[in-house]
Amino acid sequence: MGKIQLITKGFVKENPTFSLLLGMCPTLATTTSAINGMSMGLATLFVLVLSNMAISAAAPYIPDKVRIPAYIVIIAAFVTILQFVMQAFTPDIYETLGLFIPLIVVNCIVLGRAEAFANKNSVVDSACDGLGIGIGFTFALTLLGLVREILGSGSAFGFKFISGDGILVFVLAPGAFMALAYLIVLFKKVTAKKGE
Amino acid sequence: MEYILIIISAIFVNNILLSQFMGICPFLGVSNKLSTATGMSGAVCFVITLATLVTYLFQYYVLVPLHIEFMQTIAFILIIAALVQMVEIVLKKVSPALYQALGIFLPLITTNCAVLGVALMVVTKEFTYGGEPHMLNLGESVVFAFATSLGFGLAMILFAGLREQIALNKVPKPFRGIPIALVTASILAMAFMGFSGLV
Amino acid sequence: MAVQSSFKNMTLCLFAVCIVSSALLAAVYAVTKEPIEAAEHAKTANAIAQVVPEFEGDPVPGTVTVDGKEYSYYTVNKGGKPAGYAIMTSSVGFSGPVSLMVGMTADRVVYSTTVLSQAETPGLGAKCVEPEFAGQFKNLDPAAKSLKVKKDGGDIDAITASTITSRAYTKAVEIAVSVYDAIVSSAAQEESAEVEAASGIPQNE
Repeated sequence: MGKIQLITKGFVKENPTFSLLLGMCPTLATTTSAINGMSMGLATLFVLVLSNMAISAAAPYIPDKVRIPAYIVIIAAFVTILQFVMQAFTPDIYETLGLFIPLIVVNCIVLGRAEAFANKNSVVDSACDGLGIGIGFTFALTLLGLVREILGSGSAFGFKFISGDGILVFVLAPGAFMALAYLIVLFKKVTAKKGE
Repeated sequence: MEYILIIISAIFVNNILLSQFMGICPFLGVSNKLSTATGMSGAVCFVITLATLVTYLFQYYVLVPLHIEFMQTIAFILIIAALVQMVEIVLKKVSPALYQALGIFLPLITTNCAVLGVALMVVTKEFTYGGEPHMLNLGESVVFAFATSLGFGLAMILFAGLREQIALNKVPKPFRGIPIALVTASILAMAFMGFSGLV
Repeated sequence: MAVQSSFKNMTLCLFAVCIVSSALLAAVYAVTKEPIEAAEHAKTANAIAQVVPEFEGDPVPGTVTVDGKEYSYYTVNKGGKPAGYAIMTSSVGFSGPVSLMVGMTADRVVYSTTVLSQAETPGLGAKCVEPEFAGQFKNLDPAAKSLKVKKDGGDIDAITASTITSRAYTKAVEIAVSVYDAIVSSAAQEESAEVEAASGIPQNE
């Protein structure tokens, strides 16, 4: 597989949110607006690329039986680094996303990629894979955030285009489940047509 | 009184699954059957309460005195992973029957974000039960953790019951599987919104 | 591919991974410590500048106790006299504390308010940061208007469907007014003590 393919496959074919259904917690919780969704996606992308690279470099030296704890420690280290960096340079976003930044540690996407790809591929390929999956995840979260923001508060990326409120429920918890359900259906329809 | 507030709030008002979105993976993943959902809930209940107890003590007796609070995430996830392993080994020896019921769910729990989420919540977030904002003490933390896991179980078992019924119906093809489950979860979350303002 | 597992290399490997990760973390922590503090400092400075009228020099931090609770505030000066106070207060909202920075001018008027932190529901209570609601507290004279939401017989329009948040916000402003009174009365006491001391000097001579 070429490098470009590694990056683009995360977009549609192996989109972590719409087709693999991984990392649902941040997907639902942080997409109250497009900006929040995008920030969460980019934060995960950062961890994914770095942890994929580190794990692919370290994998040959890690005994098989303790690989999962070792991977978790590596991922947790990068997540904590991300926490510091965000606290220092984007404190507002750090506060909005709150608990879900440390929870990237237990995001199945990150550990999933380590186990499925990074531990048997080269550092560069793993970085591309992390980038691809990360972009796919960011795209999905931004889209879901955008849909919820447009319907729920009548704005897009913070710019209001209707006066007053939208359909509030889309910003709240039930709207998150509902919007995601319809996006997955739409995604299935579109990809099924392509396949024919 | 405060304990009652904590319990009601954690089970109904701020339900970990339906309003905080933590632990959604098992919520969608193992809710096909009522029996597996019950097993998972039991295991989560056990691990969340135990993990919160241990991480709380670790935070205030190790991390804070040593001024290495920045190791929090790494330390907590390691503690949880080790704890899950230990629970598995102990259960196998002590109560094979319980192990049979919960065993297969235990390894999945390490990456259940509800466990790490609750552990981090009790040491970082200020709670406002009974007036002034304050950090929870040990007793409150454990009660909070246990109540949260009861909330997890409640939502999980209700959801599994609904999904068992849905499986018997004719669902439009693109909605089959996860999408219809999400729509169901959405309606369930709406029902739980009725509890808001209770505490 | 991967190394054969034995007890010795498993322990060694995990130990090594932990050491390397901790060392890396400690290094990044040391590097980012200053920017994090600077960011926090900038946030407070920003909040102060937002809520008080123009001032000269640096805000002076202080604390005062009202009803057994300690509040911190910043005094800003202009022309050698206090031009206003930025007071940090908090009260209990719908899903956690709502913390405000409330600016009071020297003549007991709420100049402006800004939210330091809140965890209210997005789309409902979280709207308390928007000017439609927060704007009501601009240039508000607590002597002329009642600091309660309309539902409770006051003059503040609550956010639709978020009365609890609106109440919390209003309550925090109300606390700030009483903190202001405490600051002013303690300042007046100090001043009169100073005057006494100053007037005492000639008598001693």
